[in-house]
Amino acid sequence: MSKLNSRIPEGPIAEKWTNHKNHMKLVAPNNRPKIDVIVVGTGLAGASAAASLGEMGYNVKAFCFQDSPRRAHSIAAQGGINAAKNYQNDGDSVYRLFYDTIKGGDYRAREANVHRLAEVSGNIIDQCVAQGVPFAREYGGLLDNRSFGGTQVQRTFYAAGQTGQQLLLGAYSALSRQIGLGRVKMYHRHEMMDLVKIDGKARGIIARNLVTGELERHSAHAVVIASGGYGNVYFLSTNAMGSNVSAAWKVHKRGALFANPCYVQIHPTCVPVHGTNQSKLTLMSESLRNSGRIWVPKKKEDAEAIRAGKLKPTQIAEEDRDYYLERRYPAFGNLVPRDVASRAAKERCDEGHGIEANDTNEGVYLDFASEIKSKGKQAAYALGDHNPTEERMIELGKKWIEEKYGNLFQMYQKITDENPYETPMKIYPAVHYTMGGVWVDYNLQSTIEGCFVTGEANFSDHGANRLGASALMQGLADGYFVLPYTISDYLANEIRTGKIATDSPEFEAAENEVKESIDRFLNNNGSKSVDHFHKRLGLIMWNKVGMARNEQGLKQAIEEIGLLREEFYKDVFVPGSADEMNPELEKVMRVADLIELGQLMAVDALHREESCGGHFREEHQDSEGETLRDDEKFKYVGAWEYNGSDSKQSTLHKEDLNYEFIKIAARNYK
Amino acid sequence: MASKFINITLKIWRQKNSKAKGALETYTLNDVSTDSSFLEMLDQLNEQLINEKQSPIAFDHDCREGICGMCSLYINGRAHGPDSGITTCQLHMRMFKDGDTIYVEPWRSRAFPIIKDLMVDRSAFDRIQQAGGFVSVNTSGRTMDANAIPIPKADADKAFEAAACIGCGACVASCKNGSAMLFVGAKVSQYALLPQGKVEATDRVLNMVRQMDEEGFGNCTNTGACEIECPKGISIENIARMNREFLKGALTKS
Repeated sequence: MSKLNSRIPEGPIAEKWTNHKNHMKLVAPNNRPKIDVIVVGTGLAGASAAASLGEMGYNVKAFCFQDSPRRAHSIAAQGGINAAKNYQNDGDSVYRLFYDTIKGGDYRAREANVHRLAEVSGNIIDQCVAQGVPFAREYGGLLDNRSFGGTQVQRTFYAAGQTGQQLLLGAYSALSRQIGLGRVKMYHRHEMMDLVKIDGKARGIIARNLVTGELERHSAHAVVIASGGYGNVYFLSTNAMGSNVSAAWKVHKRGALFANPCYVQIHPTCVPVHGTNQSKLTLMSESLRNSGRIWVPKKKEDAEAIRAGKLKPTQIAEEDRDYYLERRYPAFGNLVPRDVASRAAKERCDEGHGIEANDTNEGVYLDFASEIKSKGKQAAYALGDHNPTEERMIELGKKWIEEKYGNLFQMYQKITDENPYETPMKIYPAVHYTMGGVWVDYNLQSTIEGCFVTGEANFSDHGANRLGASALMQGLADGYFVLPYTISDYLANEIRTGKIATDSPEFEAAENEVKESIDRFLNNNGSKSVDHFHKRLGLIMWNKVGMARNEQGLKQAIEEIGLLREEFYKDVFVPGSADEMNPELEKVMRVADLIELGQLMAVDALHREESCGGHFREEHQDSEGETLRDDEKFKYVGAWEYNGSDSKQSTLHKEDLNYEFIKIAARNYK
Repeated sequence: MASKFINITLKIWRQKNSKAKGALETYTLNDVSTDSSFLEMLDQLNEQLINEKQSPIAFDHDCREGICGMCSLYINGRAHGPDSGITTCQLHMRMFKDGDTIYVEPWRSRAFPIIKDLMVDRSAFDRIQQAGGFVSVNTSGRTMDANAIPIPKADADKAFEAAACIGCGACVASCKNGSAMLFVGAKVSQYALLPQGKVEATDRVLNMVRQMDEEGFGNCTNTGACEIECPKGISIENIARMNREFLKGALTKS
């Protein structure tokens, strides 16, 4: 257990971060240019870190596999970013954001990290506004807010349904400035293939230039992994096609522990699956639950008639609709946390009330009709019309909706060919975010010295379920306001190291390993495409390591994934060569890692014999179907050590979670 | 959604690398679901090619929900294909009929060299951004409060509309002059409309336009194709604003 020292500073929770900052070592400005830092990934966590470290004067090299750092998948985040500003005077505070996040994570996150996140949240908004991020504003010129799940205040800042885009472009502009000034060197269309360790410390990476296929050696005094989450292990998810676990997994294979892999967020509001050639799923922002009401028909025969196309949702009378979230959770209504909303949708569909005519009948309605009317009425009053007709209210209400959610409604219409202004949206849960990730201490350092992990790639802040609009907050908090301090504390010991050579045996060996594994795939002469295996992996994961899990299913999944791995290595076919742009080669390397990870997720889910947040073990639920934690046995972070490609051999290490400042209780949103 | 299946013929630009000579190749593809997106149709074609041990078609794509700006493609002579206000990944096969022949080409512009098949190099956009597309504020634990400067809602909304640009390059590909002025105009406008961006407005526009010219993009002659093909509906009003800012900068900068 000696492996896990969380390095949480002493003292009262509200003073830990300030005290820690006051006592950390610094690197003087004249020494910073002598120090190299590698940042892998240019999403919110990576771009903000690379920009901030560049500004400080470090020599930064940043890597992304996309054609530009601006493409990273943070760009697709829709609804907003939380911050404890209390601009709305509705009772918000740093403590309240801290408490909501710990409770939302079902008491499986580290207290000290979460409090720090809440402390710096307000500063993120200040920073972004100073950068020219165009957040939504009210007529008085001040910033507007909306609500998200698992909270009873309005603390979410947003830019229509494109908040991630605007925040990422803000971080990208800061990064671009540093690239222009020569303080950050950007390597786009480059993929990290391995981490290089020398004397136990992270000292560089092997990267592949995706255009030429060339393998490159890059050395540094510290390596930051900000490569995002691993939702693509399910094949179908809201992640981008290129999102992958490989950078994080390579670090894991080199000795970093991987924590809570089974904590996956299944987002309740996504466009349902339509066919077998489907490549990805599309999120409809949680912000829509501010305005939309979720329901299914009360009567099974109505649901059947809708699926058969004989009945339209608008024809179902009010009293025949089951607004099941409002019914089950009156205190939070449609804004319960994501894991709760997702399970409730599954429960209704399993009972036969699903409305989508696909293989599984899985779909529920998200209905904007009553919001259109009520917002239309408000708008009419604002225009001086105190007696508006129904048509007028609907017309103005649609305009209001368009301003708030226009891009989301358009996306929905293009995918489904249905007009959500006229008929309710059909939605269903889909894999969205992964709370698990590389284990890091309070300083965001992994169990490998000099290897830091930030954003979704680490495990630290969201416990077993992340609240909406908190991923953007964490990514930027890590990159702008945490890592620049903690990495300097580490780098203070590196000022005498000097340039790290790339011709050492360690670099040589790592590059050769990469070369061998590329050659093995290219010469494999198998018969099936990479996607063939990826889709099969995804199905096992969704059916057995998905929204509901049980012992038997998990045991089967572990065996099936083991067999799939063997078949994959025997029979996968990769066309083309190593010295060219070869997207199939990129995919095969990523899927190889996803297979190992998928098996570890099942192993972790099997060992955790309790339900918490997104991890729902059917054996552990109360009489109303809510999660039943076992704090006696499982109030810890499960961090796994790699022992070869068969993840059954991985070793478990535990970090006990101590709740000193929050009273641990059963989560209740009723 | 009543899904239908159609059979199509594809004429796709194939080119091994930037130096090789390219050509249109013909492929037939059957049983394409009309609910598939255009890129899912290309996935299906690639799966077929891989199973026949042929080289799959390289194309850029990532988020597949119209926001990352990575996908491109000139489809039947239009950037992002025959629908408006969308990217190629949002184009669905229900826009096509059984028996259709579909032409698929990469963006064509001197400033966007082809990497392979349908992939082009758009790093010129990054370099324009690096020349001035930012507000020069460092990360700071002591920035002023976000509500310290009220911004009129109309200005904030306009800045947001300009900032919605996804940097896909459809404007350049659609322009007979290969001009990047809609892209640059949108960035210049976003900052010019906000108090935070006004401080450096002059240097910004001069530097970004200089870089734009160096990259080999053409000039705007008010044809308006860019605005029509822009998946995010960015208005050419932004080009006018950029010209105004540029003129002001060029005349006042000593």
